[in-house]
Amino acid sequence: MGRFSWVRFLAVLKKEFLHIRRDRASLIMAMVMPIGMLLLFGYAVNTDVDHLPTVIWDQSQTTDSRDFIASIRNTQYLDPDEYVQGYHQIESYLDSGKARVAVIIPPNFGKELQRDNGQGNVQVLVDGSDPTIARAAMSAVQMLGLNKSLEIQGVRLAARGAALGTNMPLNIETRVWYNPDMKSMVFNIPALIGLILQNVIAMLTSFSIVREKERGTMEQVVVTPIRSLELLMGKLLPFVFIGFVSLTLILATAIFWFGVMPAGSIPLLVILSTIFLFTILAIGLLISSVAKTQLQAMQMTFILILPSILLSGFIFPRETMPTFLKIIGGLFPLTYFLEIVRGIFLKGVGMEYLWQDTLILCAFAIVLVGIAAKKFKKNLD
Amino acid sequence: MNLAIDCQGLVKRFGTYTAVQGVSFQLPAGAIMGFVGPNGAGKTTLIRMLCGVLLPTEGKATVLGYDVLTQPEEIKQRIGYMSQKFSLYEDLTVKENLDFYAGVYSLHGKTAQEQKARVIKRIGLLERTTQLVSSLSGGWKQRVALACALLHSPQLLILDEPTAGVDPVSRRIFLDLIHQLAKEGMTILVSTHYMDEAATCDYLGFVFYGRLIAFGSPEDMKRKEAKETLDDLFIYYVEHEASDDPRNLVLRKGG
Repeated sequence: MGRFSWVRFLAVLKKEFLHIRRDRASLIMAMVMPIGMLLLFGYAVNTDVDHLPTVIWDQSQTTDSRDFIASIRNTQYLDPDEYVQGYHQIESYLDSGKARVAVIIPPNFGKELQRDNGQGNVQVLVDGSDPTIARAAMSAVQMLGLNKSLEIQGVRLAARGAALGTNMPLNIETRVWYNPDMKSMVFNIPALIGLILQNVIAMLTSFSIVREKERGTMEQVVVTPIRSLELLMGKLLPFVFIGFVSLTLILATAIFWFGVMPAGSIPLLVILSTIFLFTILAIGLLISSVAKTQLQAMQMTFILILPSILLSGFIFPRETMPTFLKIIGGLFPLTYFLEIVRGIFLKGVGMEYLWQDTLILCAFAIVLVGIAAKKFKKNLD
Repeated sequence: MNLAIDCQGLVKRFGTYTAVQGVSFQLPAGAIMGFVGPNGAGKTTLIRMLCGVLLPTEGKATVLGYDVLTQPEEIKQRIGYMSQKFSLYEDLTVKENLDFYAGVYSLHGKTAQEQKARVIKRIGLLERTTQLVSSLSGGWKQRVALACALLHSPQLLILDEPTAGVDPVSRRIFLDLIHQLAKEGMTILVSTHYMDEAATCDYLGFVFYGRLIAFGSPEDMKRKEAKETLDDLFIYYVEHEASDDPRNLVLRKGG
C-alpha cells in the first residue's frame, strides 16, 4: 500500500541527525564510551600474571642459594624483593597481601647441592586466594625446579666423567600461535569491538524511539501519512552511521594506541561488522517496542549486556561452560561475532573459516530485523 | 449536503472493555463541531478512529469521503491533527519542526517553502522561527503545533483538547484563529472541557461512557432539555446517565 517516499524518509533522516547533534549525552556516549572502554579493558582488565611480589627466607646464605634466588628473578614471574627471617614474618607478608609467594630455603641447601647425590629442599608457599595467580606461580616455580635439577644433574654427571649423559632423552618444544606473548590485551581488544558496538548502538537506538513515545511525539507522527518503513529507515540509518564512526574509532585506537594490528583483512572485518550492526539495531528496536520509558530501555539494555559479557566467550571460554549456559550463550549474536572478529584479528583467517559464524549472524540479522520491523509497524498502528 | 464526517455505528473494543459503542453522526463540511464529555469518556478513541490511526471493531465511517477502514492513508494526507500535548520536538527549533512536518506531508521544493511562509505569516511565528521549542511558552507551543498541522492545507482539522493548560489570552487568540479557518471553509472537530469554547461550535456532541448521548447545535440542545447554560446541561446529562449506567449499579451493590 503506497510507494516509498524519499521526501518523507529524508525529512525523518534530517530530523534524527538534528536530534543527535543537539543531544550531547548521546554524542558523548557514541564517541567517548568506545575509547573509554578500550582504555579501561586494555589496561585494567589484564589477566597476564607476572612480577608477583615474593618474599624470601634464605637460611642457607650461600652462593648456591643466592644463585637460586637470581634464577627465580630471571623467570619474570616472581620478584623476590623482600627478605625475612622466620615463618612469623612470612605469614604477615602473605596475610597482608604484600607478597603472593614465599620461598623458604633451608640452612642445609648449599651443602646438599654440593654433596654428591644430595638433595636440596625448597619450600614454596603460594597465596591461593586468586587461583589464576596461584596456578601461574606454581607452574613457574615447578618449571624452575625442574630446569635447575637437570642443570645440577648434568654437572654431577659430568664430574663423574659421563660427558654424554647431559643430553635429555625427550625434548618437548612448545610454541604459541596467534598471540605468541599470550597477552590478554591482544585477546580482549578485538572482542571489545563487538561489545562496544553492541552496548552503544542498542542503547542509542532504543532511546531514540522510546524518547518519541515518552514525549508523545510518536502520537503526532502516526496521524501523518508516513509509512512505517520510511520512519524506520530514517530513524535507524543515523545509528548505522554512528556505528561506523564508533567502529573506526575503536579500530584506530586498537591499531595506533595499543599496537594490536589485525592479522586479517580490514574490509572483511568492516563488512561482517555491518551485519552484526544490523542485528544490534534490531535488538535496540525490539527493546524500544517493549520499553515505555528511557529508563526501562536502559535497564533492558543492561539485562542484555551482563549475560552477553559472561556467556559470549568475551571473558570466559565457552568450551568449559555447562551445556545449558553454552546454549544460552548461543542466543547472543555477540558470541558469533566474537569468533569472527578474533579470527580476523588474531588468526588472520578469511571467509573459508568464518562462513559458519557469518551464516548464523546473517540468520540472526534477518530474523531479528523481521520481528523488530513487524513489531514496530504493529505498535505504530 | 457535502459531509466531512459520516459515522455509522462506530464501536471500538479493547479486549472486553468497550471504549466506544455505537456512535453515529454526520458533520457537514465547513462546520465546527465540539466533543464534550468527562475524562475517559472515549473522545480520544473516537477521534483516533476518525484519523485513521485506530481501526474500529464494528461500524463504518467515512472522513472527507474516504473510508477509515480501507483508505486511512488518504485521510491522513488530508487532515490536520493536534493533541493536547502539542507533540513537538522540544530540542528542535520552530523552523526545524515545520521542516520536518512539511517533509512528512510530502511537501518539497518551492511548494514547501511557500506553505511554510504562509503558515508562519498566518500564525505570526516570524520572530520565533529560530527559537528552540523548549524555550517557548505553552501558548506559543500551541500555535506552533497548529502551524505544523496546517502546513499541508488540510480540509479537516482535528483538535484533541487543544486549549488544555493554556492561559486565557492565548486561548482566545487560538479560538479566533480556529473560527477564521472555519470561515475559509475548513471543517473543524475539537474536543474540549471548556463550555465557553463549546458554546461557539456549530454542532456539539456529548460523549459519555463511549456513547454519543446527544448531538445538535448548542441552542437546540439547551432548548430540548430546558437548561439555561451548557454547564447545567452537561451536569444534567452526566447525572442522568450515571444513574442508569449498569456499571454504577454494580458499584453501588458491591459497595
